[in-house]
Amino acid sequence: MLEIDWFLGLSAIMFSIGIIGVLIRRNAIVIFMCVELMLNAVNLSLVSFSSFHGNIDGQILVFFALAVAAAEAVVGLAIIIAIFRNNLIVDVSEINLLRW
Amino acid sequence: MIVYLFILLAVLAIASALGVVMNKNVVNSALFLVVNLVSLAGIYLLLNAQFLAVIQILVYAGAIMVLFLFVIMLLNVEDEEQLFDKFRVKYFLAFTLGAAMVAQIFYSIAGVADVLPEISANMATIGTVEAVGDVLFTKYLLPFEMTAILLTAAVVGALMVAQYKIKKG
Repeated sequence: MLEIDWFLGLSAIMFSIGIIGVLIRRNAIVIFMCVELMLNAVNLSLVSFSSFHGNIDGQILVFFALAVAAAEAVVGLAIIIAIFRNNLIVDVSEINLLRW
Repeated sequence: MIVYLFILLAVLAIASALGVVMNKNVVNSALFLVVNLVSLAGIYLLLNAQFLAVIQILVYAGAIMVLFLFVIMLLNVEDEEQLFDKFRVKYFLAFTLGAAMVAQIFYSIAGVADVLPEISANMATIGTVEAVGDVLFTKYLLPFEMTAILLTAAVVGALMVAQYKIKKG
């Protein structure tokens, strides 16, 4: 039978893959997708705790997290478009206007 | 049977997550992310969260990923010619940090393994559309309405940021 440890372990592995992706990739869109990966890992552990406890509040929280993820994706991609229009790059190591 | 299904979906999810990170082509990364989201929806089904599984496919794999693909198409990003060509301290640090993160989470899970919950008896009844909607429109009605305001603000903000000309005055 299924144990909750497996779901939590899968969630931890996916979260760490997302972190590694955010740290090593330079393409802003791929970094964004890795952030989505991390969000999904957290959602998975919320859903598994919710189901195993038999308490629905966790799933409601995942629902709101989905809405926030949609808003975040829209605004972030708009920012990427605005940066690309000004500099024609999506490489975050080249975007250093605000770096001192 | 359900265990084999979980293992299949988990391997698919991890492999596609690695595919997102390790792929040079941005479009391929996005499609791997779709595979990852769909396999996660399958795992939600194993957890009896039917509503969230459907929402996951509709909102994430449908709407958000289409948005990503549209932006990739607009930006016309070319492949990265190098991903792991030369040794960099950054990569080493990233992998060390990732491995440390996994180890830490596994350690903390192992520390509380005896108090982790067993499968609840009403697990099958809480994930249905009926149950979720019942709670969502009574107990969580105000946050639900706030979500509408949040999404409207996000759309307006995205239009402001991404529009071509900003009128002066």
